[in-house]
Amino acid sequence: MKIVVCVKQVPDSAATVVAENGQVSWGDAPLVINPWDEYAVEAALKTKEAHDGTVTVVSMGGENAKEALKHALAMGCNDAILISDPALEAVDTQGTAQVLAAAIKKIGEVDMAFFGRQAIDGDAGITPVQTARVLGWPALTLAATIDVEGDTVKVERSIEEGRQTVSAKLPAVFSLVKDYGEPRYPSFMGIRKASRAEIPVWSLADLGIEAPAAVVEWPQIINPPKKDVTCEIVEGGSPKEIAEALVDKILAEKVL
Amino acid sequence: MDFALTEEHRMVEKMVRNFAQKEVAPVIKEFDRKQEMAPFVLERMGELGILGICFPVRYGGQGMDYISLGLACEELEVVDTTLRVIMSVHVGLAGTTLLQWGTEEQKQKFLVPLARGEKIGCGAFTEPGAGSDVSNLRTHAKREGDSYVLNGEKMWISLATKADYAVVTVVTDPNAEKPSRRLSTFIVDLHSPGVTRGDIHGKLGVRAGSTGWINFQDVRVPAENMIGEEGEGFKVTMTAFDRGRYTVGAGATGIIRAALEASVRYANERTSFGQPISQHQLIQQKIARMAQDYEIARLLNLKVGWMLNQGLRNTLETSYAKKFATEASFKAADDAIQIHGAYGFSDEYDVERYLRNARGAIIYEGSSEIQTLIQAGYALGERKDKPLRCELPAYDADYWQAE
Amino acid sequence: MNTWVYIDNFKGEALPASWEAISAAKSLGGSVTALVFGSGVEALAKTAFEYGADEVLLADDASLADYRVEAFASTLSKLAAERAPDVILLPTTTRGRELAGMAAIDLKTGVLVDVVALELDGDKVVATRPIYAGKLLQKTVCNATPQIITLRGRVFPKPEAVAGRSGTLTKVEAAAGDVPTTVEGYAETEGGVSLTDAGVIVSGGRGVSNNPDLTPPDGMSDEEAEVWRAQQGFALVGDLAGVLGAAVGASRAAVDAGYIPYSHQVGQTGKVVSPDLYIAAGISGAIQHLAGMRNSKIIVAINKDPDAPIFKVARFGVVGDLFQIVPALTEAFKAKLGK
Repeated sequence: MKIVVCVKQVPDSAATVVAENGQVSWGDAPLVINPWDEYAVEAALKTKEAHDGTVTVVSMGGENAKEALKHALAMGCNDAILISDPALEAVDTQGTAQVLAAAIKKIGEVDMAFFGRQAIDGDAGITPVQTARVLGWPALTLAATIDVEGDTVKVERSIEEGRQTVSAKLPAVFSLVKDYGEPRYPSFMGIRKASRAEIPVWSLADLGIEAPAAVVEWPQIINPPKKDVTCEIVEGGSPKEIAEALVDKILAEKVL
Repeated sequence: MDFALTEEHRMVEKMVRNFAQKEVAPVIKEFDRKQEMAPFVLERMGELGILGICFPVRYGGQGMDYISLGLACEELEVVDTTLRVIMSVHVGLAGTTLLQWGTEEQKQKFLVPLARGEKIGCGAFTEPGAGSDVSNLRTHAKREGDSYVLNGEKMWISLATKADYAVVTVVTDPNAEKPSRRLSTFIVDLHSPGVTRGDIHGKLGVRAGSTGWINFQDVRVPAENMIGEEGEGFKVTMTAFDRGRYTVGAGATGIIRAALEASVRYANERTSFGQPISQHQLIQQKIARMAQDYEIARLLNLKVGWMLNQGLRNTLETSYAKKFATEASFKAADDAIQIHGAYGFSDEYDVERYLRNARGAIIYEGSSEIQTLIQAGYALGERKDKPLRCELPAYDADYWQAE
Repeated sequence: MNTWVYIDNFKGEALPASWEAISAAKSLGGSVTALVFGSGVEALAKTAFEYGADEVLLADDASLADYRVEAFASTLSKLAAERAPDVILLPTTTRGRELAGMAAIDLKTGVLVDVVALELDGDKVVATRPIYAGKLLQKTVCNATPQIITLRGRVFPKPEAVAGRSGTLTKVEAAAGDVPTTVEGYAETEGGVSLTDAGVIVSGGRGVSNNPDLTPPDGMSDEEAEVWRAQQGFALVGDLAGVLGAAVGASRAAVDAGYIPYSHQVGQTGKVVSPDLYIAAGISGAIQHLAGMRNSKIIVAINKDPDAPIFKVARFGVVGDLFQIVPALTEAFKAKLGK
């Protein structure tokens, strides 16, 4: 079983993110592996353990994306590849999908490609399906369970209406949700291995593709308008009195 | 000179932090109130390798260095002192003492299961009537054939009721000329007949931990369980203290950080006189001091970690680090309570727990008074490091990590 | 401007966000074409006209019985390639998002996902979308056609349905192609109102487990007792939600502690919601949680700690014990709403 898991480096979810001169700034908050991607790594590792395989972790980004890769290596991935190219600076999801698909093809004979459901920076959540489309593979997204038997895979998807069971033939693309199960911590042995790993860097030339045209642009990033809420503290002599006063106030807002 | 942590160190910090924050932080208040240890803690720390962090892989450990041990202690104590106490006694007092003084057989038999986290270790030195005054111990062992027979009681022993093995220093030769030659150290299986033990409740702090007493009544310990030679117990104990103190100092650094982080958060949220209290100079003064003390404590402890890695004796530097960090942690927790006002006084917030937890470390593993005497002794030239028969091995990544 | 709107349906039932997309399409000017795909879904075409569609492209085919993104994407891409709409709008549901993503690859265009505002700059749509879970807004454009855009639910107004309104119904062929996946079945997770569609959400945090007046039944382990306490707390939250017809939400802390399933989590790594009324009980308001609910119209916070960050985003606050306030609130709503 040859597995690829795609990860992204993002600012920590607790970071205070603001727009400064049109640029995104997260101050000195740490960059971490996208939390959703940790579930993808966990799923990749569990699948590898159950079906005797290897897991290659891939990230697209600058030099600092190596940290996300090393985190995944420390969790137990076998090897890592960084895709980095100056031409990818303003790449959109379509372009990302082209690049990741090219990398998956170059790695070769991949059976399963795992993604987190979305990245907590751009929040688009479409890179997994787009990569699947470029590859011509089935997209089994929002998987909560993954069950492989021979070249057939069955997943339970977590959709708005409940759980949907879908099956397909490998190779396939998967995206993972939190229901899959908590990701493991890196092990000390993994940490030792990861800290010594020399991570190969692939450029677009290495992938043999042209820079994808940026179809989507984002000329402006702004801070959301400050909602001027002053909190009115509702008080009263008893819980009953407080509740009644509060209900009147809520009803007066006509939101019910 | 290089002050940067390696990538490996940073990953160790993050991993231990994630464990402590995700699994222990959400429930710690409850166990602190109940004065019980969270039941999953030892098992999880064992599974994750934290209990064997700095031991060579060949002895069941994880092959990391002594700096990693200190960093892990800091991360653990940011969440609760009781987590770090486990490291102090299991790794500091028991494990590294075996690594330094143990025979190959003792290492295989005792260090391997400890490092793997399959067995839990502790150190039993203090007695009801003797703490820092080690040469005044009463617990004694008498040779009978192939064994020694132990009698006496040890007190204020962390993990007394949880540990499988204890490193125990006792009197073997009450008539020795030099008082320090009276003592020998053993590793004792606490499941042996004649061992009884219990926990002490009603402590000011470290309430989510286990602190207790161990009583030995005619406990037979095989002679091959002696660590070091007969009469070497004082030296063995002093080196165990050095290691224990290192973990205490590194951990106390974590309390300073926790107090600082809580204070910054609260001071930015809470307003008085029309602005966040962080804008008041007297609050800033407290926060600046915590930030500065954190930096100092961390540097002192990292230096000890570095000296351990180099195989350098570090009794004096460990004393500096332990005394400074523990005292600064108490002060930081106290200031954090002041910044939190009345809320800091209630257990709605964590800072009162920091204060209660910080207090003990100014007493245990060598009180501040003892640390002062050590430091004066070196400064006055009255105290000098002499070579030991067994030195703690310097960290050698290749040796440590070879299977 | 020729705008298409994809009517997302599950087993023939349209999601309300689809109708909202029709009003968004109208705001761009020009004609609005609704896309109704599925099997036995012709009735939806009628509803689409009532909500304002001028034309409906209906692909009603057994091959589209179960939603499988590949089949729907191929159908959409083929139609769009032939008929060249300027803009395709979809609701930001799981299906809408994925359909948009795949079709964009086929059509060599881009997708603007989870958009909360649209404006026109010539024939180009400038879309505003939250990023970093709403900590920032991005103004974004798509430089190819069709411009594919998915719209966040409950942001654009739902148009009034006009009974009997009608338009041009065009039946089109499905182009499912070889679909690589098979849908084997569905399992309802549990009843209750879905968080993302909910107009009212009542959420509980870690605080719901701390009722000091409760004694767990004998023989429970500490962990069981903690979850038991939390369940009692969430029952109070559930009662209030029941009276309001609201969905039940939770903070990450409550989910991580095992008090309530993940599907209830509101926040950056849970669901991002914007109901009309959000009642937060025992939630302190960690930044990750605020990111998931701060765009709610009216936020009500109930917390013991007057300095809890949740009060900074709340319109109304009660500093007090949720175990007393929440049941009192349930009773008060019952009385005032005549239930």
